[in-house]
Amino acid sequence: MKAGEFRTSIGLEIHVELSTATKLFCSCPNRFGAPPNTLVCPVCLGEPGSLPVLNARALEYALRIGLALGAEVAPRALFHRKNYFYPDMPKNFQISQYDLPLCRGGSLTLETPEGEKVVGIERIHLEEDTGKTLHPGETGRIYEATYALLDYNRAGVPLVEVVTRPEISSPEEARLFVAELREVLLALGVSDARMEEGSLRVDSNISVGIEGRMGTKVEVKNLNSLRSLRRALEYEERRQKEILSAGGEVVQETRHFDERSGTTVSLRAKEEAFDYRYFPEPDLVPVEPDPGWIKDLRASLPELPRERRARLASLYGLSRQEAALLVSTPGLAVIFEDAVREGANARSAYNWLSGEFLGLCNARGVEPGESGLTGRALAQLLRFVERGAINLRQAKEVLAEMLETGRDPQEIVEERGLSQLTDLAFLKDLARKVVENHPEEARRYRAGQVKVLSFLVGQAMRLSEGRANPALLKQALEEVLKGQGAV
Amino acid sequence: MNRGSLHRMRAWELSRLLARGEVSSREVVEAFLARIEEAEPEVRAFITLTPDLALSQAARVDEARARGENLHPLAGIPVAVKDVICTDGVRTTCASRILENFVPPYDATVVRRLREVGTPLLGKTNMDEFAMGSSTENSAFHPTMNPWDLERVPGGSSGGSAAAVAAGEAPLALGSDTGGSIRQPAALCGIVGLKPTYGLVSRYGLVAFASSLDQIGPMAGCVMDVALLLSVIAGHDPMDSTSAPLPAPDYLSSLEEGVEGVRFGLVREFMGEGIQRGVRRAVEAAAEGLARAGAQVEEVSLPALEYALPAYYIIAPAEASSNLARYDGVRWGLRAEGSRDVVEMQMRTRAKGFGPEVKRRILLGTFALSAGYYEAWYGQAQRVRTLVAEEFRRAYERVELLLSPTSPTTAFRLGERSEDPLAMYLSDVCTIPSNLAGAPAVSVPCGLAEEDGLPVGLQILGPPFSEPLILRAARAIEDLFPGARPAPLGGGVRPVPLSGGEGV
Repeated sequence: MKAGEFRTSIGLEIHVELSTATKLFCSCPNRFGAPPNTLVCPVCLGEPGSLPVLNARALEYALRIGLALGAEVAPRALFHRKNYFYPDMPKNFQISQYDLPLCRGGSLTLETPEGEKVVGIERIHLEEDTGKTLHPGETGRIYEATYALLDYNRAGVPLVEVVTRPEISSPEEARLFVAELREVLLALGVSDARMEEGSLRVDSNISVGIEGRMGTKVEVKNLNSLRSLRRALEYEERRQKEILSAGGEVVQETRHFDERSGTTVSLRAKEEAFDYRYFPEPDLVPVEPDPGWIKDLRASLPELPRERRARLASLYGLSRQEAALLVSTPGLAVIFEDAVREGANARSAYNWLSGEFLGLCNARGVEPGESGLTGRALAQLLRFVERGAINLRQAKEVLAEMLETGRDPQEIVEERGLSQLTDLAFLKDLARKVVENHPEEARRYRAGQVKVLSFLVGQAMRLSEGRANPALLKQALEEVLKGQGAV
Repeated sequence: MNRGSLHRMRAWELSRLLARGEVSSREVVEAFLARIEEAEPEVRAFITLTPDLALSQAARVDEARARGENLHPLAGIPVAVKDVICTDGVRTTCASRILENFVPPYDATVVRRLREVGTPLLGKTNMDEFAMGSSTENSAFHPTMNPWDLERVPGGSSGGSAAAVAAGEAPLALGSDTGGSIRQPAALCGIVGLKPTYGLVSRYGLVAFASSLDQIGPMAGCVMDVALLLSVIAGHDPMDSTSAPLPAPDYLSSLEEGVEGVRFGLVREFMGEGIQRGVRRAVEAAAEGLARAGAQVEEVSLPALEYALPAYYIIAPAEASSNLARYDGVRWGLRAEGSRDVVEMQMRTRAKGFGPEVKRRILLGTFALSAGYYEAWYGQAQRVRTLVAEEFRRAYERVELLLSPTSPTTAFRLGERSEDPLAMYLSDVCTIPSNLAGAPAVSVPCGLAEEDGLPVGLQILGPPFSEPLILRAARAIEDLFPGARPAPLGGGVRPVPLSGGEGV
């Protein structure tokens, strides 16, 4: 059987935690990493009698995501209750959306090695997150714990769920989709979108069809990084192909990806599927976004990653990869463009940002966008270098200090006395001193051994404690050597 | 003056005495506490009493008055609150084992407003468990007796609040009404009870039974007191998304304007079969009285109301099955110990913590929402709901207000219907339509039934936000039936001499 007879269809369900200041239905802070159960109130704890009130900012963020993906905003959306018992869900129902989601349709275009690929979006809706269950004990495994601890800090945090159509045709494309969506979210500024912290969570459905027949949908969970996503889907794709090749049938089920073994294991069969008994949430009113507001939101959308990559590449003569690096690193493109606007050369601005700057950020564990570096400061630094006022090594030191202290390069250069020696008269004095001290080398130079000049430049540089401008120093030495010869 | 008779007075009368400095709030509260001590062993209207809290709140009001502060007319006049409304630091049980020891960490919006006005809290009143029932017999703790006849039920689910007012244990009370739970006990106990328009009074802090139907409302011995209490609790609350974003109107200024020229419609469907003869006669007499007072009264037919009861018994249990899911032993309330895992703990807690009627409704509601049944049950019930609202709307094109009995019968005997859920459900046949339509309705006493001498309630229904007109009509009924104004001592409660009072 040839591999070409198989057809893989993948659909993704992506949960995005919104970075609003407060939770979806109450005014508790929406923050990661606080001590357990310190960000709670009667509403997000589902205390008897408490009622939800929709956070307008969360609605705005969800709409921005919808608009950025070209989705259609529903004139009237409803919240529904999704009923099931789980201890980390305070009300034993989740306020979510069902048959009238906030947005429908839309798409995301991926840049694959084979060209552009458009993946359709099924729906985008808003819902509340659950708390977290912790199973104490050495193994952390549910069945070995004798009790469980519940942390409701996350309960009620706003989530946007993006559901794709099953139009993704490979594990790599799935990875690309999530990576691209992540960049859109970051560009919109609506989420931290960190898979490792759970602010971006991906569930996937994968089916492998054979000989034109539809495959059986298998849900794969526990995909905690882009790498896990691709590995899990690759494993699952292979597993299904092997079953089909052996004439077997794939079972419709939910499978769990095991990071360590790189395999998926069965979690539950379809027969065990829950009946969520959805019904309209009576404690909330229908959401009917004002068309004028939608228009304003659409008009205020930022440039999206794909457009920005294309623009940066063509405007500044960068390669696709270079543009992609600027766009995918939060804040980097802004620094870059600001620097160029302040007069920096695009090429050197890119080189400094992609090399020295990212290296320093990495070493210091700082997000590039939060490093404090401005395009204006970078342009100033590059001007020093261009003018020859400081050398490359010094420029790197200055950049490090800029990140360290947040001060501007002018101040640092002046305070450290880093400014290169460019006074020609002074450099000539320096050159005379060197020529006097090395008469033999001076003679050889004049005799035509011009290579010896670099030795003399080195000696003069040492005398200047490295501060002399190398080009001017060379010029001064040449003049002194030639002039003396003429005397 | 005779301080021993303070508990027989209306809130508005007490308000005058307080304003003139003839009595202190402390004396008023003490009078009601004494009356509670006297009547409570027989009436059993309360689940929790809060005398210390009431006295300290009264003391604060007295101090404020002494300082010459501008006080609300109800400042210093005590209230009883149905035990389904959250009170910060005061146990709120919903008359259920599952919340027997639940102490809310916050006040319901209505309770906060009462505290701000300065109405001392006497205690939390008995009710059917989670407000499910029409007799208060479904309380997990004890039944409440009707002060008119201790062998009879006070109605429900706000039976404790109604009995407390009827017995003179409290001048004012809050109830909640999902299908008639304020109006039916008000009728059976011979007091006034109003279910406001859905969204007029904040539900924040009202433990939910059926969120789209629940509404908190005032209960008192007379229409004026109901209007006074309503003006404290009504008005927009940003904590309740379903709260109407409107300013609460003035309910008092038009109260005495009478009914001349007002067009009433007597609902034919609620005057026939299944309505006790004495109830029908009393309601007819009330309608005739209104006509004599200058109103126009005609008969109207609203055939869709026939379907209101079955639709209600789909929608209310469906919402309840979801609202009551949170009582699982994980966070608060009862927890069944000794379970092997969390699922067993949740199941055992719920098996142990909920009474039979609550379980029945959770099962009904869970079924109605199940995959494959949703459209046939819940979907259909919602369509009936729309139909009922539409039929009311059309009726209000012809008449301004509608009239009907509040309850098909007067107070029934304890145990009489507790084995027959359907008979019990029929107690609310006249009151349920207003909840489905989200419209207001009041029950006001209109005399005693000829065959048993028990109070009959006239229900006056109106379109959404017609409370001022409804209350004005109810006030006119009071004048037509002066004899029907409730006797706080009731039929069966022996008047016991008060101790410690300054009886003259």
